[in-house]
Amino acid sequence: MLEIRNLHVKLQEEDKVILRGVDLTVGAGEVHAIMGPNGSGKSTLSYVLAGRDGYEVTEGSARLEGKDLLDMEPEERAAAGLFLAFQYPVEIPGVGNMTFLRTAVNAQRKARGEAELSAGDFLKVVREKARTLKIDAEMLKRPVNVGFSGGEKKRNEILQMAMLEPRMCILDETDSGLDVDAMKLVADGVNALRSDGRSFLVITHYQRLLDHIRPDVVHIMAAGRIIRTGGPELALEVENNGYADILSEVG
Amino acid sequence: MALPKAKEDALAARLAALPALSGKGWLAAARAEALARLQAMGLPARRDEYWRYTDPASLNAPEPLPAKRFDVTDEAAPFDGMDRLKIVFVDGVFDAAASDDLALAGVSIERLATAEEKDIHWAQGIYGVLEARGQTPVARPLAALNSAFATDGVLIHATGRASKPVSLIYVHNSETSDAILHHCIKLDPGAELTLLENGPAAARFSKVMEVDIADGASFHHIRLQGRDHERRAVTHLFARLGAKSDLRSFTLTANGRLTRNEAVVELTGDEGRAHLAGATVGDGGFHHDDTVFITHAAVACESRQVFKKVLMNGATGVFQGKILVKPGAQKTDGYQISQSLLLDEDSQFLAKPELEIYADDVKCSHGSTSGAIDETALFYLQSRGVPRRQAQALLVLAFLAEAIEEIADEAIAEDIRARLERWLARHGSKG
Repeated sequence: MLEIRNLHVKLQEEDKVILRGVDLTVGAGEVHAIMGPNGSGKSTLSYVLAGRDGYEVTEGSARLEGKDLLDMEPEERAAAGLFLAFQYPVEIPGVGNMTFLRTAVNAQRKARGEAELSAGDFLKVVREKARTLKIDAEMLKRPVNVGFSGGEKKRNEILQMAMLEPRMCILDETDSGLDVDAMKLVADGVNALRSDGRSFLVITHYQRLLDHIRPDVVHIMAAGRIIRTGGPELALEVENNGYADILSEVG
Repeated sequence: MALPKAKEDALAARLAALPALSGKGWLAAARAEALARLQAMGLPARRDEYWRYTDPASLNAPEPLPAKRFDVTDEAAPFDGMDRLKIVFVDGVFDAAASDDLALAGVSIERLATAEEKDIHWAQGIYGVLEARGQTPVARPLAALNSAFATDGVLIHATGRASKPVSLIYVHNSETSDAILHHCIKLDPGAELTLLENGPAAARFSKVMEVDIADGASFHHIRLQGRDHERRAVTHLFARLGAKSDLRSFTLTANGRLTRNEAVVELTGDEGRAHLAGATVGDGGFHHDDTVFITHAAVACESRQVFKKVLMNGATGVFQGKILVKPGAQKTDGYQISQSLLLDEDSQFLAKPELEIYADDVKCSHGSTSGAIDETALFYLQSRGVPRRQAQALLVLAFLAEAIEEIADEAIAEDIRARLERWLARHGSKG
């Protein structure tokens, strides 16, 4: 599904190197977690994959189902099946949440040469998916993320994911700012979307999210590289001992 | 006081190119008084306080700069399909053949050109009168020039609830037309009228509209300034509001070389309400100026000024807005916001918000901002699959939303959103 090879990235303006040769392969239907201390490059990796400005790829490649991601505009990556759930979902005053969702869904359908959803069909689908995420009609009417609580913003990200039905989902610290109940709700939303054809890359500081979204593979990232890869037990090791042991092991 | 030499010369040159004052009876007198006002003020100059940001040279010049006519073929005319009474002016001259019969329940409509035949006319109390009131404390010489030399326009007297909107359509035909139109509108107590205006009018267009809104009356004004790229226009709205009356005015401006829209509003009766709004989109050689003056002279009146401009490829936007709260105008609620969205570094927005308050129990707020498009929001939309251009249009429309929301008629608001969407699809910053 997702193949990242020897990815090197620096900040465009500061000439600061963030990623120093990331290698990562996520197979179809798999859930991978990336853990790592602050500043290890986890969020940068997610932004670079989604196509945010301000980063320069100096070496390496990233492919989604064989297609070169780095060569595409952000909207093309989305249409190709990539989705990034933001750590800090963006507020867009003046744009209704419903309008936003419908514009996004139809833009992707159009890009893939599919017919746009009618207003009625769209409404039916969005209402049903919103209900399972406990997103009420009021939240759908309000401007995108404006005045939403932390939990509401994250649930709104998952609603977008559910509506867009991407094949490769990247969750950037989706657990940050959430209490236990909200985290459970978000995790349930994610788990409901797990399928053979859909893969996840879950970026998190803490092991607790991984109690709810069980990963197949866990990677530890530090100083712009993946330094350890293992099973779910690796997350527990970090939880118990911190990153220090692993970091010193690698030197 | 004698005018400075430069002003004297400019005025002499302009007057030499205009026909001698015409008319009979009451209108001739009103014109002569207006000419006297103009001669005392002279034409505007860059050094005048409210002309620092806008060069009046092309508005002052004896001859208009030529402007190619621009035929819109890619979209329906504004207000198309709406049930309305159409009054058409071609290059500033009434076109009887293209206009509807001027009969409408609840309203009487006359041409200015025929009203002057009468000895006594209701418009006597309005023509040049509201304009003259609006000359202090800020001089508006181009309005006085209009009152002196306008020969066409409409006089609309609403005695009740107008059965449908009156729609003024301004057609631009000749490349060198220099149109001067003057309208007077009187609303009796409790009367209701919606006035629509659209079209580029002429190569150079001067328009004054004086509106007297009696107690409890309601006047709704929606204007779409034409898409002609080269036209120049200076317009004035002078409105006087009685108690519990209501004025709503919205203007959409797209294109045009130079547009100066002045609005002078006086709230003279308690609990009056005046809302003025403008949405402007400009690309390239485009200069748009909103100059607004609202006077609160009564208790518990509300005023809102909401002006939003989207500028790209070197376009310039100007906003000069003032709220004056007179002594005794307690419980005033005044709000003013002027904002620009600059799509590149070549475009500029010049704003001069002013508050002058002589009452102690008032609520007045004003804000002015100038900013670029939010790149984070743009990326967020793109990451959800919305193409950059479409995402940008969505954010621009969101920026303009507060001004468009001032339109009470939802169907018209929706049509204006759609027009803006199409305009944004055709225009983009090259910066």
